[in-house]
Amino acid sequence: MTAYFLRRLLSLSLSLIAASLVIFLVMEVVPGDPASFMMGLNADPQAVAALRTQLGLDEPLPLRYLGWVAGLLQGDFGISYTYRVPVSELIAERVVISLPLTLYALAISTLIAFPAGILAAARRNSAADLSVMGATQLGVAIPNFWFAMILVLVFAVNLRWFSAGGFPGWDAGFWVAMKALTLPAIALALPQASILARVMRSSLIDTLDEDFMRTARAKGLSRGQALRRHALRNALIPVLTIIGLQFSFLLAGGIIIENVFYLPGLGRLAFQAITQRDLIVVRSVVILLVFAVIVVTFLVDLAYALADPRLRRRRS
Amino acid sequence: MSTNPSDRSFLRMALGHPAFVLGFVLSALFIALALLSFIWTPFDPTKLDIAGKLKGPSFEHWFGTDHFGRDMFSMIMVGARVSIAVAFVAVGIGMILGVPLGLYAAARRGSLVDEIIMRGNDLVFAFPSLLLAIMITAVFGPGAINAIIAIGIFNVPVFARLARGGALSLWTRDFVLAARVAGKNKARISAEHILPNIANLLIVQGTIQFSLAILAEAALAYVGLGAQPPLPSWGRMLADAQTLISLAPHMALFPGFAIIITVLGLNLMGDGLRDLFDPKLRRGR
Repeated sequence: MTAYFLRRLLSLSLSLIAASLVIFLVMEVVPGDPASFMMGLNADPQAVAALRTQLGLDEPLPLRYLGWVAGLLQGDFGISYTYRVPVSELIAERVVISLPLTLYALAISTLIAFPAGILAAARRNSAADLSVMGATQLGVAIPNFWFAMILVLVFAVNLRWFSAGGFPGWDAGFWVAMKALTLPAIALALPQASILARVMRSSLIDTLDEDFMRTARAKGLSRGQALRRHALRNALIPVLTIIGLQFSFLLAGGIIIENVFYLPGLGRLAFQAITQRDLIVVRSVVILLVFAVIVVTFLVDLAYALADPRLRRRRS
Repeated sequence: MSTNPSDRSFLRMALGHPAFVLGFVLSALFIALALLSFIWTPFDPTKLDIAGKLKGPSFEHWFGTDHFGRDMFSMIMVGARVSIAVAFVAVGIGMILGVPLGLYAAARRGSLVDEIIMRGNDLVFAFPSLLLAIMITAVFGPGAINAIIAIGIFNVPVFARLARGGALSLWTRDFVLAARVAGKNKARISAEHILPNIANLLIVQGTIQFSLAILAEAALAYVGLGAQPPLPSWGRMLADAQTLISLAPHMALFPGFAIIITVLGLNLMGDGLRDLFDPKLRRGR
């Protein structure tokens, strides 16, 4: 297990280094000089040059990469070109919206997908199965930002149960803040729930065909007992992979939904930074999200290896 | 399909598969609308008519008019053209670059090149695709071409991985061994024996990717980074509808339905094709 862990850790570090290199280099080829962007069109060339030096843009490429990585390791992402405050502060302000939104959406998605997927698998080819599968087909076809607009139309404009957008802040009280995140979370959760329900169903169907399920029935367990005690646990592995992937996808995927609901989250920060050429903010957000994906994948792999010794051997 | 002993039986089976038929009809409907828009639309989709703005659906304007009085149905027809073209070319790029990469990696299994290609793929998968697509289009300028590139890049690893996986299992088969004994080199075997045998897989995945690309294009256009005005696009029609949603809900409903029906149709068709191509299911019928 230790050897497996070390090997995985090495490959994790290599991925992180490769990702940081790619992001750094992509940002280098992006057209548009941040210094002249900050100073405006009619800026004095000398002032622009001075600003370039001040921002450290004149140093050689490898030096700047190393400086950036060294900063990242200490939680120092640099100073935003446009906001003139440390990027880590900006990100910290936004994460407290995006992370709860992601977890909220994931919770909704799981709460819908598990019962729906289990029901469909347990009653394969029944009317219930067909309706679940039809609903999931529709769920993956609906663009989440369109669904978000319809939610606003129905629950904010017509019924007036929720506000149409904005975020009051956590200071306004936990439930007030959660209420503001409810419609965005539902909009984000819909396609994810559809995908998850399909994975749950097919994984459970595969498990139900296994020999140990017949044994479980033979020793006198009812269908429901066998399903709960033996099938579900075994069917959960592919489902957990998808949940892990969805977590990172939702964290980044909020970019559109945050725009629909005017939520000042990470996605909106990135979007505004892109249009303002605030490259330091863009690359910080991108690398944070990429790191999140890589680390979550790593943790999911590790969790399997702990749970299932067969995987440790197969991958070594 | 050329490997199928009888194409007529395939057709008959396809017609007996309701999900496939429904998917095919829905997708064909929008492709037909897109093609028809080149020669005919009920109104000029760019013609403004401020006096007749924000009208609900009527006999004259089937889907109503937008905030500039433009005919929504005509806009959706031309928008179909843009969405389908962008998605089609993006998936095409993914296939043209991804499939040879995957075939090459499989032919040189376990080599350094294989390792580099696969790790590179993992890396692209780790990037938040929508965020990067937004970045590419924002940096290099919004427009249909950059949207195609941004969406196409993320299709490359999908097809590379699929082609490699499919090819790996074929390289151990007897007919490939026979071709090697006959003196064919790896590139020729990949092109002549491996590729035709993974074509089914690629077609099924291509259909699914096509639908995902339509959703991605709509999302990019929604944030203003897709095809630019005056060219209508489904995503931007939704963006226009957002602030007017309480006044003119039809402006949001119809472009949304167009996206949903197209994507649903392509997905149903892809799932149907998978069933039809799968010999295990076929024998069971």
